[in-house]
This record gives sequence, structure tokens and C-alpha cells, in this order.
Amino acid sequence: MDNNERRNIILSNYQDNTNRKDVDDNDYIKVNSRNASCIDNINIYIKINNNIIEDIKFNGEACVIAISSTVTLIKNLINKNINDALYIINNYEKMVEGLDYDVNVLNELLAFDDISKQPSRKICATLASRKIKEILEKSM
Amino acid sequence: MNREDFNMLKNNIVYFDNGATTLKPNCVKEAIVDYYDNYTANAHRGDYKTSLVVDNKYEETRNKIKKFINAKENSEIVFTSGATQSLNYIVFGYFKNKLKKDDEVLITVSEHASNILPWFVLQKEIGIKVKYIELDNDYKVTIDNVKKAITNNTKVISLAHITNVVGDVRPIEEISKLAHKNNILFVVDAAQSIAHTKVDVQKMDIDFLVFSGHKMYGPTGIGVLYGKYDLLEEMSPINYGGGMNAIFTKDGYIELREIPTRFEAGTPNIEGVIGLSSAIDYINNVGIEKIELYEKNLRKYLIDRLKELDFVEVYNYNVDSGSIAFNIKNVFAQDTAIYLDKYNICVRAGNHCAKILSDALKVNNTCRISLSFYNTKEEIDLLINVLKNSKNIYNEIL
Repeated sequence: MDNNERRNIILSNYQDNTNRKDVDDNDYIKVNSRNASCIDNINIYIKINNNIIEDIKFNGEACVIAISSTVTLIKNLINKNINDALYIINNYEKMVEGLDYDVNVLNELLAFDDISKQPSRKICATLASRKIKEILEKSM
Repeated sequence: MNREDFNMLKNNIVYFDNGATTLKPNCVKEAIVDYYDNYTANAHRGDYKTSLVVDNKYEETRNKIKKFINAKENSEIVFTSGATQSLNYIVFGYFKNKLKKDDEVLITVSEHASNILPWFVLQKEIGIKVKYIELDNDYKVTIDNVKKAITNNTKVISLAHITNVVGDVRPIEEISKLAHKNNILFVVDAAQSIAHTKVDVQKMDIDFLVFSGHKMYGPTGIGVLYGKYDLLEEMSPINYGGGMNAIFTKDGYIELREIPTRFEAGTPNIEGVIGLSSAIDYINNVGIEKIELYEKNLRKYLIDRLKELDFVEVYNYNVDSGSIAFNIKNVFAQDTAIYLDKYNICVRAGNHCAKILSDALKVNNTCRISLSFYNTKEEIDLLINVLKNSKNIYNEIL
């Protein structure tokens, strides 16, 4: 992926507010994710039904990498079953860590393949994935 | 001014994060190297020549600090690791023994975490009440609002001289008079003011004062706790061990050393003290009044130039210190800081350890510029130009 394409994907997802809203509904599991060393701080709301992720919303304040990676990840996870979702998250995290990963399941998340070279941004890029993974593992 | 004294400034950076820590003049570094090269020894062990030199330097520094803040006695100066440790010492070494349930401590929402959290712990442990002096529309503390906050139970007022986000300068002398009229002790956190304006503990009649060496051109890991002598007499040591005891016996009897030595258990941060000594000489040579005037003019210039930018929001136009909190509208503070860093401009993004201030500011995170006398109008012009070109900020930081 060239730099322009990467930047366009990150920016357009950053500006996509479709899933960026608070939810007041008991069907959703709410979790907060923050990075103590910087100032990223979001709430994530996940609705799981019969092993399927029916919906994810989020709201809060964070840098462009944190917000955009959250939006992109959410788009990739909605309507997946928990196993498939965890497979995506695990491979996304491997990519962020600079390890070998399955390129076929990440779609637009591939725009963040450069993060592995920026150690200080890894926590931004995994702000949502860390907490969503926890919730999914508990829901299995 | 005096830029040639700072090697860090040769690294092509614009350093606007002086509220976090200041750069160090070369003389501070040289003083520390001199200690390690020429008279390394422990303090208070004066059995040989170099050790005596260390003892003398150590106590000379105490005397220098006494003069710098115009304390009455050298014994009123306690070396700590920094303002945070000093505040913790005051709260847990003094006030924990003095306060009782329902006694009230007045602070504000714009205090640094180190002047809030120790009081919260005391609130939980012994049932004191932490109350907040209301801020005015410019986030300032007015004497009327202090009056309003005082009740019969108020025992302590604990405030920063200058706050670290908004940068408002508190009317310390007036608050002190009001406090003492009401038999209230006054604790002042001078971390953000000590290098930028004259602090005179006698004129301001301050009961306890704290500050850090590294925010006044000295090394990290060294700071000061000032207390009026009669108050220090009532303060308990927090750390026990070598250097602070006169005698101890098998049955558990301990006789403490004199004040302030009893508060400095263990081998002290000797290089820190020696570096701080050099930093104080340095500030005295430049002149604190000259520094204050220069920084005030520079701040005015920065504010005037920032006003040219309608896409930049400044949160504290109306305060007098060199700390400016701002955001590019609709851009997250950290993204702005990363963008400025591309041009080697160092600013801090975040809530600046003042997490409960966000309700008052109605914004969670800001970028902060905090000035020093080595900053220049040319650096501000560069900042303004970079901000002017920030239309495509995300293209640059992604």
C-alpha cells in the first residue's frame, strides 16, 4: 500500500462517524479503554447475540490513529462470529507488532501496517482492539 | 536571551515545554561533573578532606536557597526529591498528625495532582474534608472567593502560586493575610513560579512552600520543602534510617537529629544539590526581575500573534504567566503536538496532571506552551507559521 492510499483510508475512517456515538441500551456490553501515558480515552459498546457481534459503537476523545483504527476495526468486526473476530484482532495485533500475519482478513486495517515502525503509536492503534478482545474472550 | 548557555538549544529545537522541565545551563552540568571528577564523597562523613568539601557545598546550597526565597534560617530548608515529595511530606508528616475529622482543606480544581491526591488520602484516612475555592471566569482565584470558601472548620489552604495549565498567578500575600487572620495554615506549591518570579516566604508569610529543582534549570530528582521552623518542629519524619538519628538503642529508643537533618534520611542526592546550587547562582546572575519582565513581554507577543489565527482557540488569554493553553479547533491536542514536533517544536499535550480542571475549562485536553527566558520572538514566529500551514495537518502526521 502506498503512502497516499494509506493516508486516505486512515483519514476517511477518522471522519466516519457512523458508529461514533454513546449507547444507553442494556443489550450492549460497555467498556472503557484509555492510554494512561497519553490522553486517548474512549468508551466501547458491544452487542453480541448468539455468538455473533451484532453491533459495536464507540465514543470519546483520542488521536487520529486511535480513532481511525477503532472505526476501521469496528467495521471489520460487525456481523462476524466471535472466533472469526478474534482471528482478525489477533492478526491485526501481530501486524502492529511487526510479526507475520494473515493479510487476507484485515481489509482496510492494512492501512495501519506502518505502525510497527512507530513504537510510540502502537498503543494508539490498539486502543480499541485490546478491550474488544477482552470482551470477546470473556463471551466465548 | 542567554541562549548560548544551553547546549540543548544547539540541537535545532524550539523548546516550549518549560512547565514540564526546563533545559539546563552548561554550568549546572559542569558543577555535577566537577563533583564526580574532583571531590566525590558522601555527605556528613567529614573525616577526610573531600568529604568536608561535600559537606560544605551541601550546606552552602541550603544557605543559598534560604537567601533565594528569603527564609529566616537555613534549618527551614529541607532537601527532597521534588515538589511532589515535599507536598507528601507536609501532608503525611505534619497535617496527618494535626488535622482531625471534619477539618477542612481548601484547594482548587486547577491544582496539580500532587496537591490534590495526598489530601484525598487524608480525607479517606482521617475524615478531613477537601473543599474547592471557586474559580472566576478567567479561572483565577479571587480573594472574595477564598473568603466565601472559608468556614470555621477550615484549617489549611493549599494552592499553587502559579498553576501549571492555566498559568494564573495567585495573590499569595493577600490569601496569606486572610488565612492567618482565620488561624489557617497556608501551603504554597511554587513549582511553576520559582524560576519565573520572586518568591519571598517572609514577605508572603508562607507557612510551607515546595518546589522542584528541574523546573528551575537544575537537575531532576532534587527539590525543596520550606517550612517555618516552629512548624517543622512539629513535623514527623517519614523516612527513618541513617543520617537522621542521633542515638538509638536496643529497646527501640530513637533520638532524632536536629531539624532539618532529621528529615533527610539516607545518603542525599548530592549531585542534585550541587547542580541546584549552580542553577540558583545562574538565575541570580541573570536576575529574576529581568527574567520576569522578559517572559512577560514574550507572552504578550505570543498572545498577540495567536490572536491572528481564528482557527486556534486559546483558553487563558487573561493571565500573566508564561503558560498558554490552546487547541487548533477540531483537532485533537495530541495530533497538534505531533504535527508541531515534525517542525521540532516541543509542546505538551494532555490534561497536564490537572485532571479535574477539564470541567471548568470545558475541554479535556489542550496543548500547552510554557515559556522561558531563552525562548525568542523568532521561535514564536516559526510556531505561528507552522500553525498557519496546518490546514493539511493529517497529511503531515499520517
